[in-house]
Amino acid sequence: MNLDLARSGDLLQALLPEVVLTAAGLAVLLVTAWRHRTATDLRIAAWVTLVGLAAAAAAAWWLWWRTARATGAPAMIALDDFRFVADWLFLGIAGLTVLVSFDYLEREQLLAPEYYVLLLFATLGMMLMVGGDDLMVVFLGLELMSVSVYALAGINRHSAAAAEAALKYFLLGAFASGFLLYGIALVYGATAATNLTQIGIQVRTLGLEHSPMLSIGLGLLLVGFGFKVAAVPFHMWAPDVYDGSPTPVAGFMATGVKAAAFAALFRVLAEAFAGVATWQAIVWWLAVATMVAGNLIALAQRTVKRMLAYSSIAHAGYLLVAVAVGTSAGSAALLFYLVAYALMTLSAFALLAAKGRDGERDVLIDDLGGLSQRRPWLAGALAICMLSLLGFPGTAGFIGKWYILVAATATGHLLLAAILVLTSVVSAGYYLPVIMAMYMKPEPSEQAHAGMRLGRLGGAVVAVSVAGLLFFGIRPNRLLDLAKTSSEGFGAAPAVTAPAPAPPTPTSTGR
Amino acid sequence: MYRQWVLTALLAWPVLAGLGVLLVPARWAKHVAFAASLVEFALSVPLWWTFAPDGGVQFFLDVPWIPTWGIRYTVGLDGISLFMVLLTTFLVPLSVLGSYTYITTRERGFYALLLVLTSGMIGVFVALDLFLFYVMWEVMLIPMYFIIGVWGGERRLYAAIKFFVYTFFGSLLMLVAILALVYAVAQRTGVYSFSYAHLLAHLGGLGPIAFWLFGAFFLAFAIKVPMFPLHTWLPDAHVEAPTAGSVLLAAILLKMGTYGFLRFALPLFPAVALHPAVQQVVVALSLIGIVYGGLVAMVQPDFKKLIAYSSVAHLGFVMLGIWALTLQSVQGALMVMINHGISTGALFFLAGMLYERRHSRLIESFGGIAKVVPLLAALLTIVSLSSIGLPATNGFVGEFLVLLGTFRTYPLAAVIAATGVIIAAMYLLPALQRVIYNPLDQPTNEQLPDLSARELAVLVPLLACIVWIGVYPQPILRRMEPTARHFIQTVRLNAAAFTAAR
Repeated sequence: MNLDLARSGDLLQALLPEVVLTAAGLAVLLVTAWRHRTATDLRIAAWVTLVGLAAAAAAAWWLWWRTARATGAPAMIALDDFRFVADWLFLGIAGLTVLVSFDYLEREQLLAPEYYVLLLFATLGMMLMVGGDDLMVVFLGLELMSVSVYALAGINRHSAAAAEAALKYFLLGAFASGFLLYGIALVYGATAATNLTQIGIQVRTLGLEHSPMLSIGLGLLLVGFGFKVAAVPFHMWAPDVYDGSPTPVAGFMATGVKAAAFAALFRVLAEAFAGVATWQAIVWWLAVATMVAGNLIALAQRTVKRMLAYSSIAHAGYLLVAVAVGTSAGSAALLFYLVAYALMTLSAFALLAAKGRDGERDVLIDDLGGLSQRRPWLAGALAICMLSLLGFPGTAGFIGKWYILVAATATGHLLLAAILVLTSVVSAGYYLPVIMAMYMKPEPSEQAHAGMRLGRLGGAVVAVSVAGLLFFGIRPNRLLDLAKTSSEGFGAAPAVTAPAPAPPTPTSTGR
Repeated sequence: MYRQWVLTALLAWPVLAGLGVLLVPARWAKHVAFAASLVEFALSVPLWWTFAPDGGVQFFLDVPWIPTWGIRYTVGLDGISLFMVLLTTFLVPLSVLGSYTYITTRERGFYALLLVLTSGMIGVFVALDLFLFYVMWEVMLIPMYFIIGVWGGERRLYAAIKFFVYTFFGSLLMLVAILALVYAVAQRTGVYSFSYAHLLAHLGGLGPIAFWLFGAFFLAFAIKVPMFPLHTWLPDAHVEAPTAGSVLLAAILLKMGTYGFLRFALPLFPAVALHPAVQQVVVALSLIGIVYGGLVAMVQPDFKKLIAYSSVAHLGFVMLGIWALTLQSVQGALMVMINHGISTGALFFLAGMLYERRHSRLIESFGGIAKVVPLLAALLTIVSLSSIGLPATNGFVGEFLVLLGTFRTYPLAAVIAATGVIIAAMYLLPALQRVIYNPLDQPTNEQLPDLSARELAVLVPLLACIVWIGVYPQPILRRMEPTARHFIQTVRLNAAAFTAAR
């Protein structure tokens, strides 16, 4: 299906998932304006949100199934599989977050249905970010997402920590947006374009590879994105913000916001700046610094939530390796890793949320002691999440890491690959203590796990995520093919081919 | 039918049985696990007869797994892995039986992990695809980590994490090396494949990168063996692990390291492995392992720690035999691998039985117990003598062959290694004397019960093997000879070809 984005009818079709989600957001807003007092109202809003997310996912699927492609001049919106697959990821993350929030909000007495409105608009922002083929649209999406998430971080008005987190996130986020905007301005100054494709063409035809203005603009863009993905040295906000926010929101930030920023960053770098070599060196160093610092600082954490926060910084480092590679293999690895990372991080945060004590800020790793005796299923699920985060074979986390390593070694980044695995060894030093506490240490006190409650829907989320982690760890073929076909637009394919006797996979792309 | 599916069945059955163990009532867990491990052994026994000693890979199965990356599920057996698989399936039922009274808490979990561990161990030995090998190599870490960490002694947490981090460190570097190797071969052939046969056939000269790749493989395997400076995880893990854990750790897990050298590190990087400098370093480290391991074992007050350090010495013999690259030395190395599994396994069982009686691992807690437990004392004596390498026991055959073969390549090294046999007598015989002879000076030791029927059932099969291999090793040697010959030829020819090409 070819769509001419200069025609408004076609443009509307191209934006169908976003339009559907906007409508859903407005609908939920209407519902909450009318009913916003009791727990029942909260549940109604949540169900409407889920329906909206599902409808948007169906719209994205429709575009993907019809192989929607843009014709004509470069436009504001990109139409490619990368966008649709990333959309599914964001919608999936949002859906899982809603399911986890059901019980959590009621238990924590956060009877604010606006929570779901903000969640929907944040998701919309993510979809715009990854769908934008123009720096302006990317920026719009980023702001829509960020502003919604600032409010989400502070949704618990009774918690001083949440207020601090929201304010800190807002101030630093606004600062980062400033960097990004200034970078866009300089890039525009150098190339007279904000469209990503046109920037790429201008760089090539005008020979701007070494233009100082473009380089500075690119540097500022990287700083802005670096803030959003929490790359070292722009990571300072992340632990405090995750720590103070309600746990499901922290999970949403650690997965959704990060995934959106990474997907947008990859598109910007690969489409607009493929001809500018400088960014690869910068991202290389960012990746190394993020992996090393994230893992080392995480070692020193005693509370589970801060450990997970630093672990998410470390994972940003692994993802930056995929970005630094820059080829279509890098993009496929990025997509696959984001899926695996979202599953394991979301379920880890969901399990932490079940511990349920004032934002879970003071749950020490040792407080999980003896959990395997009291709640064997919860402990088993958390152990699998930890092993997957560690990148242990048999889990999706391993396949994701493996894919990143494949992409890195195939482009000759052997040193980067070695640093990745060495820092992964370090990460055993903070993931294993969680397992150790649950299985090998006694309960810290009698009835230490009495109040632990996951709820039926939260339990379903964890079960589905863990099943997904194990399934994709053993049989990742479909997801790999999807990630691969969605990434064919970026860079030149590496000179590798599959071995001769490949089995017929008629359903591998689903068309 | 059997030839094609037996290895897959050997891999799948323990996992399924492990899940089954989790579902039955706790008091049945050990019986179900024992039955399952007996079935596993019964499945593997026909391998012994159906295996044709021709140097090739048999029981081969090859199906695509992740075709996008050229990853296939490829399993097969040759004269090296055959004995490792049989040793595994032979020792697992004994380990289960030996844990009947030792493990009293969370039994279901323990036996399920033991069975999953079995799958991982067999997987390492039969995998002929580097991805599959890596997955199996890592997967068996987790059950062992839990077995040490949950059911171990006082310092179990420290021992468990040390074991995990050491192995994990080495294997992750190996992962990068595997990827780099596959990519280097893919650049030349245009086929992206993790298949062992494909990589071996299209190696060519890798250039200077071969040294680093070999280094990564070497590190991973040397940690596992363990070779001299990397051995420090071993005493902790051995001492803290429960009996079944110690037995399998010594008998099977250590062999994965030497097996890795035989299967991957040498055939894939022969030019580096046979480089004179590398040879000298490896031989020197093996000799240090033999002598140092023995000397340290001599001063250990803890019986389990003594056995652990004796493992370092025995595995030094294996490394020496592999690197000497003569038919006798390689066959000897393989024999030491098998014999060490049997003798040291039996020693750990006996140490565990002593511990269950007295709740102490210290040698000084015993003394003169030969009068109280004559059967246990007799068995301990025979097993110790076989571990020392007394003629007519299995220990003699392997070490003698290694020394004989090594003498042709490195005469001096063979002479030094021969002192290792004397040192073995110097640490095991005094320990034996202090445990079972000497005066019976501690009243608590006067009431020790002798071996039960179950304990006898654990030890008698091992004893039978000790005598059988000691007297008539020919059936084993005959089966491994073509493969050993093939191994030496491959390494020598490839090394010569690559050196010439450079």
